Formats: sequence, C-alpha cells, structure tokens
Amino acid sequence: MEAMYTFFMDKAGMGELGAHITVAAIMASLMFIVMALCAIIFTWMERKVAGFLQSRYGPMRTGRWHGWAQAVADMLKILGKEDIIPAEADKGLFVFAPLLVLLGSLLAWAAIPWAPDFVAADLDLGLFYIFAVSSLVVIGILMAGWASNNKWSLYGAARGAAQMVSYEIPLALAAIPVVMYTGSLNTQDIVIAQQGGIWNWFFLRNPFLFVAFIMYFIASIAETNRGPFDMPETESELVSGYHTEYTGMRFAFFFLAEYANLFLVSMIAVMIFLGGWWSPIPGLDFAPALTFIIKGVIMVFMNMWVRWTLPRVRVDQLMHLCWKVMIPITLICVIGAGLWMMASGAAS
Amino acid sequence: MATNDTRLTGWADQDHVPGLKSELLELNMGPQHPATHGVLRLLLHTDGEIVYKVTPVVGYLHRCAEKIAEGVDYKQWVVYTDRFDYLGPVTNNHAYVTAVEKLTELEVPARAEHLRVVTAELSRIASHLIALATFGLDMGAWTPLLYCFREREVILNLLERIAGGRMLYNYMVPGGVRYDLPQDNWVSDVLEFVTMLENKKLPDYNTLLTYNKIFIERTSDVAIIDRETAIDYGCTGPVLRGSGVQFDCRRNDPYSIYPQLDFEIPVGKGEMGTVGDCWDRYIVRVREIEQSCRIIRQALEQLPEGPVHAIELKKPVRVPAGAAYSRTEAAKGELGHYIISDGGTKPFRNKVRSCSFCNLQVIEKVGVGQMVSDLVAFVGSLDIVLGEIDR
Repeated sequence: MEAMYTFFMDKAGMGELGAHITVAAIMASLMFIVMALCAIIFTWMERKVAGFLQSRYGPMRTGRWHGWAQAVADMLKILGKEDIIPAEADKGLFVFAPLLVLLGSLLAWAAIPWAPDFVAADLDLGLFYIFAVSSLVVIGILMAGWASNNKWSLYGAARGAAQMVSYEIPLALAAIPVVMYTGSLNTQDIVIAQQGGIWNWFFLRNPFLFVAFIMYFIASIAETNRGPFDMPETESELVSGYHTEYTGMRFAFFFLAEYANLFLVSMIAVMIFLGGWWSPIPGLDFAPALTFIIKGVIMVFMNMWVRWTLPRVRVDQLMHLCWKVMIPITLICVIGAGLWMMASGAAS
Repeated sequence: MATNDTRLTGWADQDHVPGLKSELLELNMGPQHPATHGVLRLLLHTDGEIVYKVTPVVGYLHRCAEKIAEGVDYKQWVVYTDRFDYLGPVTNNHAYVTAVEKLTELEVPARAEHLRVVTAELSRIASHLIALATFGLDMGAWTPLLYCFREREVILNLLERIAGGRMLYNYMVPGGVRYDLPQDNWVSDVLEFVTMLENKKLPDYNTLLTYNKIFIERTSDVAIIDRETAIDYGCTGPVLRGSGVQFDCRRNDPYSIYPQLDFEIPVGKGEMGTVGDCWDRYIVRVREIEQSCRIIRQALEQLPEGPVHAIELKKPVRVPAGAAYSRTEAAKGELGHYIISDGGTKPFRNKVRSCSFCNLQVIEKVGVGQMVSDLVAFVGSLDIVLGEIDR
C-alpha cells in the first residue's frame, strides 16, 4: 500500500489527497471485481459440491469442462429477466434494500488483509469495523421483507433479523480471545501475530481458542443465513423468505451478497484463527495472497459440506442454541483464554 | 377478521399489548407452496410463528375420477386408479381389482396373486422412499432426497421391465395381471435390489437422517396424534400405526396371499419422544420398507408356475348386479373401493375411500398450536398425495 501511495505521489505527481482518492478507487473496484468473481465461482462450486455429496454430477454441459460456465450463463440469464416491483410494495425501500445488503458485505471486505501490507483499508479498529458494517445486512433484509408487502417475506425478514442480531454476539465474542492475544484490533497485526507455522495459528494455541474457533464457525454459518440455519429463506417453509418478490438484477444482488458474505466470514476465520497468509510450514510463504485465498476456499467448502448434509433447525431451537448454549460457551472461552494467558505469562 | 370460532375471537379480543388491539394473521399456505406436496392449500391463522387455526382447502386437482368410472368398463378404469396415488400406483390397482373380483367371484391364478404382491410391495417401497425423502426435504435435508430417488429409480426400472410403464403401470386387471415375468433375470435382480436396500441403503438413511440429532429435535414430540384421535379421525396406514395402533389390512382384513406370508406390523413406540409424534410416523415407514423386503423375498421364493390371468385380456368383464366393498393396505393407508353394479359392463357407482383424504383431516385438530415450521413437518409426516385426495 505504501508503495502505491509513493508511486502516485512521486511518480505520477499527485497531491496527497489525489493519491488517497486514486488508491481508494482502485482498491474499491478491485474488491468489487473480486467479490463478483467469488459469487460466480462459488455458485459453480456449490453446485459441484452439492452434486458430489449427492452422488450426481452437477452442471456438466455449459462451457464443456465440468460446466464451468454455468454460473456465467446464469448471471447473463438473470440480467435479461424482467424487473418486477409489486404494485403494493414500498417502492423506495424495495429498490434500496438489495443495495444495502450488498453494501454491508462489500464494506467489510475493505479490511481484509490479503497479503503483508496489502489491505484496502488499514484500520486500527479493523476487526471491530468488519463486525460493525456487516450488521448493515440485517437492516437490508428487514427492509426487503417489509417493503415486499408479502406475508412470507415478512416472516423471513423477522426471522432473519432475530437470527442475525443474535448470532453477531457469539460471533464477536469468539473473536475476543484472539484480540486479547494480539492486543490489537488491526487485521494486519492479528495475522502477523500468528507467524511461525501451524502451531502458532490461534486455533491451536490453547483449548479455549480451539473451542472459540468451533463457535465462530457455527455462528458464521448462522450469520450468512445458510443451512442448517437458513431461517430467513427456508424454501420449504417460507417459499423463499425475504427475497420472494425480487426478480432479475435485484435478486442477483441478494445472491451476490450471500456468496460475498460466505467468503467474508470464511476469510475472517482464516484471518483470526487459521494464520491468515502464513503457510502451515514456516519459511514457505512464497505466495501469501494465494495461501490466504486457498484457506478461505477450504472454509467455504466446509460451509457447503455442512449445508448439504444437515437438516435445518427450527427457529426457536436456533435462538435456544444461540442464547443458552453458544453465548455461555464463548464467554467461558474469553475468561479461559485470559486465565491461560496469565498462567503462561503471555499477558504482560 | 372474519371468523366465528370462539377460540379465535376470544384470542383477538384480549389486549396483549395494553391499548393495542391485536388480531391474527391470515396466511395462505399453498396451493403453490413447496411444502404442501402438491396443490394443497392450508389457510392458516397465525400469531407470529404459532398457528391458531388450520383449514385445509382441497380440490385443486379434482379430475372426476369417480364419475368417469360410470362411463368406462371395469377394465378400462384401472388406469385411473394409477393416477390416485401416483407414487405407489400398483397398490391402488390392487384395491380396485380386489373389489371387482369380490363382485364377480373371479378365481385369480396363484401366480398372478404372487406377482401382484411382489409389484405392490415394490411400489410401496417406492412410495415410502419418496415419503422419507420429502419429509427430509421439509426439514431442509436435501441430500437424502437424492439418495432416495436413486433407489426409487431402480424400482422404476424393475417395474418398467415387468409392466412397461415407469410411473403409471396399469399392471393389474380384474382376474389377474396383465403381463407375466419378463424372460430374463428379473427375479434375481429384484432379490439383489432388496438385499442391497436392506443391508446397505437403509442403514445409510438411518445415519444420515433418522438418528441425526437435528432431525430428532425437529420431529420428536412434534404434532402428536394420540391413539384416540387417530382412530376418531379415521387415520390409516403409517399415520395410524405411528400412533401405536397395530392395524394393517394385510393382517387384519387379509386379502390376496398375505395370510401365507410372514411379516411384522411395525408401530410407533415413542422411542424419541411421545407415541404418535412425527418421528414415530417416520420410523414406521422405514421399518415397513424392511418388512416389504421380507414379503417380496418370500413371495418370489414360493412363486408358482401357471397362467397369470383368469379371463382373456381383451374381453370386457361382466359383473353381476350387486354391491361390494373391498379394502386394501395401499402405501399411504387403507384404500377402499365401494362398487355398485347394475349387471352391465360398467359400474353404476364407484366410491373410493382414499387414505390421504382421511389422514389429512386430522391436521385441523393436531395442527392447532404448532409453529409454522412444525406444521410443515406435520404435513410431511402425514405423507399425503393430492392426486388421491382430490381424485
């Protein structure tokens, strides 16, 4: 990042403000492109994984090699769909909701540390910022469900809001032990603290951190609204939940946001528990960004594996799991990790 | 809210939030809804997630099958029975031809009876596989659906080889079955499939779905139909047996060769919760698949030689005047046919007592007080087929 600023200020002869705006614009468009690519690749991957788990092939025709172009074809199809706004819908909210959902996940992407010194926004409160802006998604979902003026959508939205607001608590609590170890909320610092092979990654540091990692994983599934916690959608109960009434590109925005969120929570897991860009064996860090992405994709695969294996929990069981099981366990993890740090002398 | 139900108006009159008048949400579940297994429409009155009133609205798939019966001759109507419960069509054939044979006092050849039982039980397995699959799907478990359809595909192939069709077979005729066994290793293929299903596939489903913690949480103690309710509402089949009543037409009102065969009637025991919950209805179907496998194996072992139909296929059946009711155990429950004949080649009246229709009624009583998600599970556990409800 420093190199980019220097380039624009010294070589291109821009002022400090100009350089900042240029770098921000480049990073924002880069993040958006990566995010759109992710949605396309993960749609295809989800189909292949589902097919693999269900003893079938998944897409095989489009683009010859294992249907690699299926997601592209779908996107093109969705672009050509009629844009329908229901007559009784609250038009302004209806149009704005998908954008807000997408914005929520896109903003959070800014603080993801892809490689050493390569992060769109190097914030001191990076992790806090990520959790904060990703809460915007809840408002978008609630908006979409309300604006659709459809009872099923409203059900989906109400469930979604209750679920996401609840699960943000264990999600953030699970990350706290890591912050305690690092002593910083800066995403770069968190990754740097895990240098030196797989044994220094936070999820293997001590038992409490390992439990926190499992809790984070479960909460992240709920946070992305995917099975077995796909309450806002529940196609067998609520038809399609909050996006029942959406068509064409507006639907695509929700779709894009779902996969962007999926990769986002996977990347956060990699960042805070799985060593970020560091390779498992010390000294083999040739391609940090690639290592980071590969770890992220593995976490995405785990998510898909869970989704296509387990039945869905009921909405009250979901809340029970969150408030009476996961929050106490994560609180114990926070205390336990603190005591462990005191005992091992890491706290100074 | 336009309802005269005192329980509901009483609810709405209360001030749940002081100063705010609350009323129930009227919600149409269906006819286009993924969890209603066809074109069933459930009119729900809900308070948030809790359902206060369920009204099933049926008739979207009405095809006048009973009226058509009065215009076609006895053999021609077999094809319409296929279309009742299109997931287990051979069992429907069986119910109808038994009624006609009761009136005509036709002697059915022993080989035909054995073939009827084998195909009907294969059809029952296919139907139960769909029941397990869609029940799992209602819970959000996608993968067992594909596995069950894979096994059903084998049954469809087997039945295609014997009856020619893949979904609607038109296999039985009054007085026998339409075709003898194909001239290949059909019998050994069936035995191989049955063994594979028992030893490999059912344990797979059990690990994937039956004993899955989330699945048990979702189904045990949910939508309990107690013994009295099940009997009062005329529930039959796995729904009745799931409530702990050991009643099966194959055993209690025997027909065909079932008295000669050795099989058990599984009933719900409340292993995971209370007797008559969704899990019990589910496990009864799993265990019935095992018993059907046993029946098929026995029937094929003692398969006699001989003709497969008593009267020539092309000749219409002439039925003496009179009335007869026969009931058989179809895949979804007790399927009855009441036929009144005026002595011609066409029935004067043909009344069908369909199992899904009677099973569905119980939803009005048991569905009250459930959560919306539980109602979906409940409808799934009833295993209804709209082709049979509306006819």
